[in-house]
Amino acid sequence: MENGDNSDDIIRVQDLLVQFEERVILKKINLRVGRGETTVILGGSGCGKSTLLRHIIGLRKPEGGSIFIKGEDITEMDEGQMSQLLRKVGVVFQSSALFNSISVGDNVALPLREHTRLEESTIQIMTKIKLDMVGLSGFESFMPSELSGGMKKRAAFARAISMDPEILFCDEPSAGLDPIVAAGLDHLILKLKKALRMTIVVVTHEMASMYLIADRVIMLHDGEVIFSGPKELFQQSEHPRVRQFIERRPEEYSEAEIGKYARALTAD
Amino acid sequence: MEEARTVKQTVIDRFFGSFGRRAVGMRSSLVFLYRLVLDSLYWTFAAPLLGKGLRVGSTFDEMVKVGVNAVPIVMLISFSIGLILAMQSAYQLEQFGATIFTADLVAVAQVRELGPLMTAIIVAGRSGSGIAAEIGTMKVGEEIEALQSMGFNPVKFLVVPKLLALGIMVPCLTVISDFVGIMGGVSIAVFSLDLGFTRYITRTIFALVFKDLLTGLIKSVVFAALVGLTGCYMGFKVEGGAEGVGRNTTMSVVVSIFLIIVSDAFFTSLFYYIW
Repeated sequence: MENGDNSDDIIRVQDLLVQFEERVILKKINLRVGRGETTVILGGSGCGKSTLLRHIIGLRKPEGGSIFIKGEDITEMDEGQMSQLLRKVGVVFQSSALFNSISVGDNVALPLREHTRLEESTIQIMTKIKLDMVGLSGFESFMPSELSGGMKKRAAFARAISMDPEILFCDEPSAGLDPIVAAGLDHLILKLKKALRMTIVVVTHEMASMYLIADRVIMLHDGEVIFSGPKELFQQSEHPRVRQFIERRPEEYSEAEIGKYARALTAD
Repeated sequence: MEEARTVKQTVIDRFFGSFGRRAVGMRSSLVFLYRLVLDSLYWTFAAPLLGKGLRVGSTFDEMVKVGVNAVPIVMLISFSIGLILAMQSAYQLEQFGATIFTADLVAVAQVRELGPLMTAIIVAGRSGSGIAAEIGTMKVGEEIEALQSMGFNPVKFLVVPKLLALGIMVPCLTVISDFVGIMGGVSIAVFSLDLGFTRYITRTIFALVFKDLLTGLIKSVVFAALVGLTGCYMGFKVEGGAEGVGRNTTMSVVVSIFLIIVSDAFFTSLFYYIW
């Protein structure tokens, strides 16, 4: 694992501590994301990977530690500064999170209309370009409810890149989609990376998707970083949890634990 | 013995634990409400003056939704209320041969009390619930987080246009309600009490003072704010999917109507005893 200080890091998380009341979700974790790299954050359900993402995009303030984005600590920013920073960040949410009351085109155009003083005609053209890029040409006037799950995800990508962000975050891009559509989204991520030279952070538990898109892999387990490094090293890792994840082995319980569980069930 | 003590211990723990949890939950709800109110005030009054903008377009959209579209139902209900008031007043006044005072009773009751109250209750049912459902659905669908992740303030984006629209439109609806309610009284007076249109209207104008209208409108602005804030609060508080949206939508109507009536009692006593 590498832990060296690299001035080229676009995101650096230091001793991030997150807890909900007494439950500690992230136990003082450290990680970095290099500029221009595609980093995949892996982990099982409930390991804290979505929570980590929510903190990196400033939706919640952590209980301790710092998060540096482009060298600035976002945990100490006020709302105005955060709003400025977020203009250079795109986020694709797990449930796409398109605004259902406005058309797909308006969804993509919304950040441009609110954050820039561009002419309406320019905004229309930019919206069209972004929708072309994700393969949704001509869908401007559709309402989000008229799109399939995969198309919604693509529209969400178009909206996330509408301000030409430096960093793109994707939360479980393939969740709830069939393998073909999911593979299509992986290729879309690769295409966007190539075309727009963005730093991309993808949170997922799909190994296939990780092998295809990742440059670096960070694996979380139980609120701790158990692996951080290039994809090639990930496959050779000897960490038991990593091996379990790669080999898709279910959780193993000892005889004693099973006995205890059985007793708890039958006890009166 | 040992067993019994641990059982007792857990019962006591649970008993006080539930109080503690409720207190902690209540405190966080109050903190959230406090911040919602402060943010709403800031983004409605301070931010536009500081050049941080106001979403005029969506405010007009909301004004159509909560105001213009509510005109027919407000008129229908207010007319019925006017009819009812006139009949009930006449029933009492007939005993004294003073049916002409029906005009006074209908006008004063409608303008001071029932116009603002009925309008607010209609708006709570139509728009308060709609606001809670809209914001709640957006929360469940991660749309609120999407707004935040784009650097937009949800209060500025969602709450302020709705509050402004309610604050402007509810008094307008109240004036319509006042007028239509009096017209309801007129129709009973003309068709059943033989009072004559001109006589009734003259009496109505004579009975009303400007303060009646003003106190009614002050109430209606307060009711508008209560309906809007309750709807938004219940919307943001939604948890647990579609079921949560339904539950909080219902809650928003119940709480709005409760708050409207309690604050009505407060303001009526204020206007009666002090002003």
